[in-house]
Amino acid sequence: MAPQDVIKERSMILQKEMIEGLFNDLEKAHETGKKVCYTFVPGNLSELIRTFDMLPVYPEINALQSAMRKKSAAYIKEAERHAHSEDVCTYVKCDVGMLMKGNIGPTGQKLPPPDILLLSYTGCFTFMKWFETLKREYPNAEVVMIHTPYQEGGKMTPEMINYMVKQMHEEVIPKMERVSGVKYDENKLKKILEFSKEAEDWITKIFETPKHKPSPIDAYFAGVYYIGPINIGFRGTPEAVEYYKELYSEIQERIRLGLGPVTPEGEMKEEKFRLVVEGPPNWTSFREFWKIFYDMGAVIVASSYTKVGGVYDLGWRHDPEKPLQSLAEYCMNCYTNLNIPQRIDLLTKCIEEYQADGYVTNSIKSCNSFSAGQLAMMREIEDKLEIPVGFIESDLVDPRYFSYSNIKNRLESYFQMLSQRKMMEAEEAH
Amino acid sequence: MGDINTLISRCEELAFDLNFTHAKEWKKADASRVIVGYMPIYFPREIIHAAGGLPVAIFGGGDRKQIIKGDAYYQSYICHIPRSIIDMALDKHFDGFDGFLFPSICDVLRNLSGIFRTKGFGKFVKYMDFPQNFLPEVGGVFYQDEMRHVLHYIKEINGLEVTPERLNHSIALYNKNRSLIEFIYDIREKYPWRLSMKDWYHILRAGTVIPVEEHNEILEQVAQYVKDNVGQRQDKVKVVLSGAFCEQPSVGLIRSVEEAGCYIVDDDLQLGSRMIIGDIDANTNEPLAAIAHAYIYQSRYSSSIYDVENPKEYRLAKIVEERNADGVIFASASFCDPSLLDAPIFQNAFDRMGIRYIAFQFSENINQFKVIKEQVGAFSDSIKLWEDEPMPVES
Ligand code: SF4
Ligand code: SF4
Repeated sequence: MAPQDVIKERSMILQKEMIEGLFNDLEKAHETGKKVCYTFVPGNLSELIRTFDMLPVYPEINALQSAMRKKSAAYIKEAERHAHSEDVCTYVKCDVGMLMKGNIGPTGQKLPPPDILLLSYTGCFTFMKWFETLKREYPNAEVVMIHTPYQEGGKMTPEMINYMVKQMHEEVIPKMERVSGVKYDENKLKKILEFSKEAEDWITKIFETPKHKPSPIDAYFAGVYYIGPINIGFRGTPEAVEYYKELYSEIQERIRLGLGPVTPEGEMKEEKFRLVVEGPPNWTSFREFWKIFYDMGAVIVASSYTKVGGVYDLGWRHDPEKPLQSLAEYCMNCYTNLNIPQRIDLLTKCIEEYQADGYVTNSIKSCNSFSAGQLAMMREIEDKLEIPVGFIESDLVDPRYFSYSNIKNRLESYFQMLSQRKMMEAEEAH
Repeated sequence: MGDINTLISRCEELAFDLNFTHAKEWKKADASRVIVGYMPIYFPREIIHAAGGLPVAIFGGGDRKQIIKGDAYYQSYICHIPRSIIDMALDKHFDGFDGFLFPSICDVLRNLSGIFRTKGFGKFVKYMDFPQNFLPEVGGVFYQDEMRHVLHYIKEINGLEVTPERLNHSIALYNKNRSLIEFIYDIREKYPWRLSMKDWYHILRAGTVIPVEEHNEILEQVAQYVKDNVGQRQDKVKVVLSGAFCEQPSVGLIRSVEEAGCYIVDDDLQLGSRMIIGDIDANTNEPLAAIAHAYIYQSRYSSSIYDVENPKEYRLAKIVEERNADGVIFASASFCDPSLLDAPIFQNAFDRMGIRYIAFQFSENINQFKVIKEQVGAFSDSIKLWEDEPMPVES
C-alpha cells in the first residue's frame, strides 16, 4: 500500500467516526436527556448549539444522504401525496417524506424529534417555509428565528450586525436557555470559537491547494466531503481541527508526489481541464455525474457550493473576542447570502486565481436561491473573462430530473470546445 | 360623478400601460420629482411619496408583452415575472425611472435585484429586507433603518429633506386610500354583482401607477357608485382567491373564474395596496416608527412573512369566515416558491376544518382558460349542490 493511501484513510476514518458519533448521540438523546436542535447548514450557529450542549440535526444533509442511498424518490412521492408541489425545493419534500415514513435517518437510526427549530434563513426563503411546515409536524418544538439580512448592498452594515446581535440577545439566547436548561456562558462560546477559527484557517488552506498544477484535489466532488465536518456541527471542536490538519497533510503529500485528485476509480491520471463550478451537485447520481468529469480529465479547482456553509477564502474568520458579532457576520457571509455582483466577483476571482480553463453552471431545477440569476451571472463572467462557459441542468435529490444522457452530451460538447480552444492557444503561442 | 364605465376604461388603460406614460408625465412637471419602481408585493409607499417620489408598481408584462430577451436570463423552471420584468427593462419601458425597490418576498426577486444592479438600471437599486423579527425594538428598528436607507437614495437624487410633517401628510393620504379600498371590498362582499372583479382589479391596479391623490379621487367615485343598488344578482358562489400575490394572473383568467360561477369577494392579488390593516398614526413626531409599528402589528398575513406565532392558515380561514365565502381558490403562479410551499400548509388545515377549496397554477401570459374554467365551474357547482353553510373557523 502506498503511503498516501494510508494517510488518506486516516482522514476518512476521522470523519466517519465523527459522524457516526453524532448519529449515535442523537439516537440516545432521549436517554441522555440531550436536547435536539434542527437547523440548516448555511448560517448554522453550530457554536451556539454546542454552547448549550445540544445536538444538531441538519434536514438538508439527511435529504442529500437519502438521495445518495437511493431513498429520496419514495420520500418525495410521499410528500407529493400530501399536497407538496412538484416544483419546489426537493430537499424539503425528501425531508418531509422521510418524516412521514418514520424519520429514519441516513445511518438507519431513528432521528429524535426536535426540541428546538433554530432557523437562520441565510440566503434562502425556502428555509422559512420548511420550518413552518416542521412546526406543524412538531407542535411542541420551540421555534427560534434569526433573521439574517441579505448583503444586498454588497456589504454588512453596522445596522445589519446590530440587528442580528440584538436578535441573539433578545430571542435566540433566552429561548435556547429555556429549552436546554443551560445558562448562556460567553466564555465557553469564546473557547469554541477558537477552534472554529482554527478549522477555518485549515479549510482555507485546503481549498487553496488546487492552485497547484496538477490540482491535488477536486474542489467540488471531493470538496463536498471535505466541507462535511465544518458544516455539520463540528466547527468549534478539536476533532474538526485534527481532521483538517490531517487532510491538509495528506494533500501536501500528494502535491509533493505530483499527484492529481483521487476519484472513486482511483487517481486521475492527467489533468486536461481545470474548471470552476457554480451550483449544488446532483446527489441522486453523484458518482455518474462525477465520472463524466474525471473521464474527460476535468478537475474542479474551485466551486461556489463548497462556500454555502461559509466563505472563508476572502479572509473572514470567527473572532472569539467578538463572539455574537462574529456569529452574526458568519451568517451574513455565506455564499447564498451574497448578492449577485458579489457572487460574480467571487467566481471571477476563483477563475483567475486558480487559472481555470472554463466555468460550468449546474443549475438546480428546484433551488431558486442558487438558480435565479445564474444565466445572467454566466453572461457577465463570459463577457468579462472571455472564458468558455458551460451550462447543465439537474436536480438535488429528485431522480426524475437527472438526465444522464443530456448532461453527458452537453458536457462532451463543452469539453470539445475547451480542447479546440486549448489547441488554438497552443498554436498561437508558437 | 363621470360615467363609471369611462372611469373604469381609464383605469384599465393606466393599469396596463407598460410604458407608464402617466407617471412619466407627472415627473416632467417638476424637476425634483422622481419615479421609483417597486416589485410586488408590499412597500411602504408613504415614504416615497413624502420624498417627492411616485412609487410605481412593477408587475411584469402579463399577457400584453411577448417575452423575447427575458428568456435568456431565466431558466424555464423559474416563474414568469422576473423574465418579463427584465424584458421590459431591456426594452426601455423603465427609462425615466430613478430607482428600483425589491421588497423581500422570495429568492427570485431578491436575485433579480442583483441583476438590476449588475445591469446598472436606474440610479439606485435597493433590496429591502423586511424584518422577520417582530419586536419593535429589534425588527422595528431595523425596518426604520431600511426605510432611511431608501430615503437617503432619493435625497441623493432630488435633495429633498423629508420632515415628519411631510411623512404624516403622506401617511394620511395612504390611510385614506386603504380605507376607501376596504370600504369597496366590504360592499363587494355583500353585493359582489355591483362591481365585477375584473373592473375592480383595473381600478385597484391603476392606483399602483398614479399618484395616491388621484387614486383617492377615483376611489371616492367608485365608492359612491357601489353604494347604489346597481347590477344584477346572479347565482354564483362566493370565493376567496389566494396565492397570486406577486405574478398576476391575466385579467382573462380573473374573468373566467367569475364567469365559471364565482364571485371573488377577497383576494391577495394586489396585497401591496392592502398590506396594512387599518390606519397608521399620522400625527406623530416619529412617523417612521409609526410605519414600522404598523408593519409589525397590523400586517395582513403573507407568504413572505415568517410568522409562526400567528399561523396563516387560521388567518386565511378567518377571512373566509368574515367574508361569508363558500370556499377558496388557490391560484399560484407556476414555480412560485412562496405560494407553492405554503399550499400544503393551507390545504391540510382546510381539509381538517372542512373549508372547500381548489388549487391550480397559472402564468401571467397564459390566455387559454378552458381547463381552469371547467375546474372552477365544477367547484362552484359542487358548492351549490351541497348547500352547506361555511364551516366555523378553529383557532
Ligand atoms: S432552495 Fe436551495 S438553498 Fe434553499 S433549501 Fe433548497 S436547496 Fe437549499
Ligand atoms: S411569482 Fe413567486 S417565485 Fe416568482 S418572483 Fe413572485 S413571489 Fe417570487
